[in-house]
Amino acid sequence: MLALVSPALLVILALIVLPVGWLAWQSIYHDGFTLENYRRVFTEDIYWRSFALTFEISLAVTLIALLLGYPVAYLANALPKGWSILILALVVLPFWTSVLVRAYAWLALLQRTGVINQLLRYLELISEPLALVHNTFGTVVATVHILLPFMVLPLYATMQKIPGDLMQAGASLGASPSLTFCRVFLPLSLPGVLAGCTMVFVLCLGFYITPELLGGGRTVMVSMLVSRNVELYNQFGAASAVAVVLLLGVLLIFFAVSRFISLERVLGQK
Amino acid sequence: MRQHFGYALLGASLGAIGLAGTAASAAEQITFVSQGGAYQQAQTVAILDPSAKKLGITINQDSIPDAWPAIKTQVGSGKPIWDVVDTPTGYCLRGGEQGLIEKLDFSKIPNAAAMPESYRSPYSVSYEFYSSVLAYSQKTFPKDAPNSWVDFWDVKKFPGRRALRNHPIATLEAALMADGVAPDKLYPLDVDRAFKKLEEIKPSITVWWTSGAQSAQLLNDGEVDMEMAWNGRVSAVAKEGAKVAFTYNQGILQSTSLCILKGAPNLDTAVKFLNEAVDPVHQANLPLNIDYGPGNPNAFQTNVIKPERAAQLPSEPANASKQALMSYAWWSSPAGEAAEKRWASFMQK
Repeated sequence: MLALVSPALLVILALIVLPVGWLAWQSIYHDGFTLENYRRVFTEDIYWRSFALTFEISLAVTLIALLLGYPVAYLANALPKGWSILILALVVLPFWTSVLVRAYAWLALLQRTGVINQLLRYLELISEPLALVHNTFGTVVATVHILLPFMVLPLYATMQKIPGDLMQAGASLGASPSLTFCRVFLPLSLPGVLAGCTMVFVLCLGFYITPELLGGGRTVMVSMLVSRNVELYNQFGAASAVAVVLLLGVLLIFFAVSRFISLERVLGQK
Repeated sequence: MRQHFGYALLGASLGAIGLAGTAASAAEQITFVSQGGAYQQAQTVAILDPSAKKLGITINQDSIPDAWPAIKTQVGSGKPIWDVVDTPTGYCLRGGEQGLIEKLDFSKIPNAAAMPESYRSPYSVSYEFYSSVLAYSQKTFPKDAPNSWVDFWDVKKFPGRRALRNHPIATLEAALMADGVAPDKLYPLDVDRAFKKLEEIKPSITVWWTSGAQSAQLLNDGEVDMEMAWNGRVSAVAKEGAKVAFTYNQGILQSTSLCILKGAPNLDTAVKFLNEAVDPVHQANLPLNIDYGPGNPNAFQTNVIKPERAAQLPSEPANASKQALMSYAWWSSPAGEAAEKRWASFMQK
């Protein structure tokens, strides 16, 4: 058994364990052992602000993605096969476009002379262009778009496994469609909700390109702190410490979620 | 038969070794690193290819948008693979202080020794000049355009959306000039005063840009009406037909410099190349290919650059005299580094 998996283990060791270990080592070692980098992460307010902002944005993105994604997954599940394939294709298609391209596309849509502002002005709904981008709003809109498939697909997978008989049984007992939905379908789809929310939230925590391009410079998420510490301030140790804290946060979330549902489910394996 | 074959193989491999030996001694080579894109293409035509030909060396090129982390890791590993780097002058100075960059012997670099002292440092030689200028939309300001940082800060007289670079370098200088400091009296920067002045304009800044491409796009798309931008980016957008312009008045004249990595594999050839790269004629060829000024001002006396072209360039003497020359020495001093760190908390408040 060990002989069979050892090549895979070696790959994991070389590509994941060693680099992450080196990263962690860098955060505590600079001309001797030091906790200075962690002291700064936990006491300097620019770090706190970034972690708080990242948390807020991730939460907002997760909630919006859930509100948008649930009906889509529901429709894809309920409609005949041809339609559901079309819906899923529309969800997955943008997935194959680079994140960078999609961020620029949102810029073209949302900026002052962008499609949406031009249209609103043409319809005379507004006289001055709205500030839709270069702020937190633009960041959230684009991030939701990019992460939506990670919400829809686990939801759809869970809904697929809910037996249709149960709904019929509910109806035969006299429950209205909305009552069967609330009492039968919704509770059974909750594992998918948890899985989708975890995926979206965790991925959003590490977002970099979208806030960089659409945040107008003020939306400083944690990953941007990492890159600025390296590029601007040449502080590899500080960057490593931020990265380690973020990584531990993500692992903690996965651990907490795994107490409720199996991790394979979150990662879409089952 | 078998033995025969063995001798043949031995002979062939000896021959190969001999060939490799002569090839190595005949063709000296260096690895040169710049920032890529149109800029690196322009310098290849103007400077790198002619230098390689004249010196009879091979110049291997590499490119990276931001060389600093790579310099640090390469020299830190003890076996750098690059020789010469074209990078913002501040990195050469900071690298010199941290033992990552070779100290230059100017007696071996006569072309650089002939340049003004403010254009070189013990570790670096100015290679090309660009300027952080005040750029604006001619659609928003068809006449009475903003012409100084005082105008940029005056949101009543010049209403409109503004952008600045998300970086303290050049931005603090602009803030101080907006507060009335003369361009030649900027250093050492009064950092408190600069940040106080920046707080004033902060609510009117729509975007804090992080890349040159982004600054060009902001102006081109009409997302902002005026901004600080690099002159080459603005003129590129203008050439494509956008109604935008800029002024060199109170621009901040900046340079990239050439410096040599500590322990560079081809140190002697690198020094020879460095001298050749700032030769006035090669330098004069650069602005014929891209909107950057020569690092060596003697290039303006070679008659290669026509007067009307020279007038467009940031380092042309008349243009340079309207601007502030950035002090990279100040920015790499402890005060400069503290100002850079302060920027992060300024942005997040």
